[in-house]
Amino acid sequence: MSTDNTVDLKIVEEPKRPLAMHPKKFGMWLFMASVMMLFMALTSAYIVRQAEGNWVYFELPSLFYTTSVIIILSSISMQWSYNAAKKDNTSYSKIMLLITSLLGFGFLIGQFFGWKQLVTGNIYLVGNPSGSFLYIITGLHGLHIVSAIVFLLIMLNAVYTGKVDSKNMTKMEMCTTYWHFLGGLWLYLFIFLLLYR
Amino acid sequence: MAHDTHTHDEGHGHEHHGNFWTTYIFSEDHKVIAKQFLITGMAWALLGGILSVIFRLQLGFPDANLSWLKPILGGWLTAEGKIDPEFYLALVTMHGTIMVFFVLTAGLSGTFSNFLIPLQVGARDMASGFMNMLSYWFFFISSCFMFTSLFISTGPAAGGWVIYPPLSALPQAISGSGLGMTLWLISMALFIVSSLLGSINYITTVINLRTVGMSFSKLPLTIWAFFLTAIIGILSFPVLFAAALLLIFDRSFGTSFYLSDIYIGGEALPNQGGSPILFQHLFWFLGHPEVYIVLLPALGITSEIIATNSRKPIFGYKAMVGSILFIAILSFVVWAHHMFVTGMNPFLGSIFTLLTLIIAVPSAVKIFNYVTTIWRGNLRFTPGMLFSLGLVSFFLTGGITGIFLGNSAVDIQLHDTYFVVAHFHLVMGSASFFGMLAGIYHWFPKMFGRMMNEKLGSIHFWITFIGVYMVFFPMHYIGIAGFPRRYYTWTNFETFSGFADLNFVVSVAAIVTLGAQFIFLFNFFYSMFRGRIASANPWQSNTLEWTTPRNPGHGNWPGEIPTVYRWPYDYSKPGAKEDFIPQNIPFSETPESNLPHENELIKLEGVEGNAIVVEEKKH
Ligand code: HEM
Ligand SMILES: [Cu+2]
Repeated sequence: MSTDNTVDLKIVEEPKRPLAMHPKKFGMWLFMASVMMLFMALTSAYIVRQAEGNWVYFELPSLFYTTSVIIILSSISMQWSYNAAKKDNTSYSKIMLLITSLLGFGFLIGQFFGWKQLVTGNIYLVGNPSGSFLYIITGLHGLHIVSAIVFLLIMLNAVYTGKVDSKNMTKMEMCTTYWHFLGGLWLYLFIFLLLYR
Repeated sequence: MAHDTHTHDEGHGHEHHGNFWTTYIFSEDHKVIAKQFLITGMAWALLGGILSVIFRLQLGFPDANLSWLKPILGGWLTAEGKIDPEFYLALVTMHGTIMVFFVLTAGLSGTFSNFLIPLQVGARDMASGFMNMLSYWFFFISSCFMFTSLFISTGPAAGGWVIYPPLSALPQAISGSGLGMTLWLISMALFIVSSLLGSINYITTVINLRTVGMSFSKLPLTIWAFFLTAIIGILSFPVLFAAALLLIFDRSFGTSFYLSDIYIGGEALPNQGGSPILFQHLFWFLGHPEVYIVLLPALGITSEIIATNSRKPIFGYKAMVGSILFIAILSFVVWAHHMFVTGMNPFLGSIFTLLTLIIAVPSAVKIFNYVTTIWRGNLRFTPGMLFSLGLVSFFLTGGITGIFLGNSAVDIQLHDTYFVVAHFHLVMGSASFFGMLAGIYHWFPKMFGRMMNEKLGSIHFWITFIGVYMVFFPMHYIGIAGFPRRYYTWTNFETFSGFADLNFVVSVAAIVTLGAQFIFLFNFFYSMFRGRIASANPWQSNTLEWTTPRNPGHGNWPGEIPTVYRWPYDYSKPGAKEDFIPQNIPFSETPESNLPHENELIKLEGVEGNAIVVEEKKH
């Protein structure tokens, strides 16, 4: 059987898997879909609750602007690390991954001091639901960032022990996707909170 | 080809030489995990059933002295031998929670999605056996928490399975809202994790691990149903998680998401600015899709069993897939039909009425297709088939009352009466339960390599079928008369005394129906060890699981995974030698029955075959 014949006929009946993706990567996307739904639920609840009145207006902490920049920077360094690993440039990948983790920590610390700013502005977890929502939404996002930092540290270890190279990119790719996702999620939440105070 | 190699060699033949613990307890084999879900689900079903009979005793025999139950219920009986009113609410709550989540979600999807997805799409196992195992163990721990809550001194959660605040948020309101509610919330959080782990696995497996030739248009309807159910689960369970999270904060950390202006014992609570309606929105955004999470797998199972036992192709395969898909989408936009009496804008109510009534269309399409599949079929009344037909019957009778309830104006009268109880017990409770039983009877031979007793199966069916109608049909009348659900007693209201007889009948029927389930339990466990040995394909069915040996080992097929050439419903094809042609039979072997366009496909088969050989050589 000649090969061109195969190619020819495959176009007609295509017995292969139409959506061929790595199962783990695919599972990661599904996981992100459910995380997205969690935050969609919270932000929708926020809008519904706000529409009912008795809503205390709040100022977003100025630090949240800084942390937004930090998380964008961390996404860039993450992507650099990924690209470097793909080109087998391990040492560069290591440094960038380390920077990403540090930026991630920086983001968390920034968020924490952002909360302190809120407290000085008399917005507490317990009180009017507007403030409670603010803490819950940012806190839950922070928890996901913690999980992503754990993932980053695992990857860091993998890069140091030479388990990541251009042929073993699955985990690295998953980590990158997750990190970008959480960065994007933060920007969504931040803009949402800015628009609906 | 890189990805193919990868997905394929997972579990490629490496036999599990595990010890008892790795084979039966911490197994990563989808078939063992399915059985674990099944057994746990059955234990829960039994418990849930017993709870319901206890509260039916109260409703059917309001004057009876129940002190003979003292050894079991202990302090939950009053001095006069009556059920404690708060305990009654706890019973109703636990019954609902157990049945909806633990039996008909985890027990049903957990069993059949796990068992059938790899076997029917032609995969060695789930995409991630480890995650699959975690899914079961999260469910198990979740079960432990819920079970423990039954025995604590303040009693389990008692705010209804929908746990509306403020009742569920304030321990001062009812004793069940203390520790019992906390355990409920912990248990459900774990349950959600389990369900998400499971769903991610199901979807990934269906999309990525199908065998060669198994295109989406050749998937059995069971797989379509499990697949869409898992998608609904992924999108809706996180919303319940959000609702529960906010409730946890209200209960334990003093926030006021759902609480405002509440006075208990004349004293004002500090909580201000919350909205209990918000909880209902969040809950029902999960809650309505959840009813389809419960029902769709049962409908998928039924499609398969009815086609097999009618010896006819399923009528309107594409319409079946389309209607499941349409139901899945619509299920996300109708939640407010549970909230017509929350004071919502009547215009909004009309919109939700419209959306709700549209669901009746795909539902009717499904019933129509079941009936046309059965129509002039060569029916075989196996127990699986009987229960499937029972499902169709319940889906119809229960669905019709949904159309009444879906009208916001009518619902104002019927909301929170026994009419609603009748509606959802027929359409969701009994229909899904029958789907689950049908599935057990039908796939028992593949699960345990033996047959269940058909005679006992038929007896079980008839008692249960008649019993269910005897229990739930009278409830329509009681409900239309205005009798509210979740009331501990009605004898204080003169209006309702006329229903004492009806309630008595219902309770007796409920007891008999529960009793009939022991026939099933006996049949199940007896057949597991002593049943007639099953052949590899006892129902002469077409799907891939029947091409495995009698007791499929780890990896499912001892040799190659079969290739799929045709859809799963080639029953009684004109011209064919036998009345079924399994999916793995190429068209070139059945020249006598091929349709013209299928003859065209023969040319491709040889090529496909060769292509595979080439692939095999590569790795
Ligand atoms: C023709 C399609 C259906 C329509 C129009 C419909 C409509 C409704 C409406 C309007 C209610 C709210 C009644 C009230 O609380 O006042 C309701 C309750 C309910 N329905 Fe349906 N329904 C349909 C099919 C189903 C199906 C297929 C299921 C499950 C598989 C289901 C499960 C439930 C449940 C569990 C409840 C009660 C929840 C509770 O309050 O505890 N329904 N239905
Ligand atoms: Cu609904």
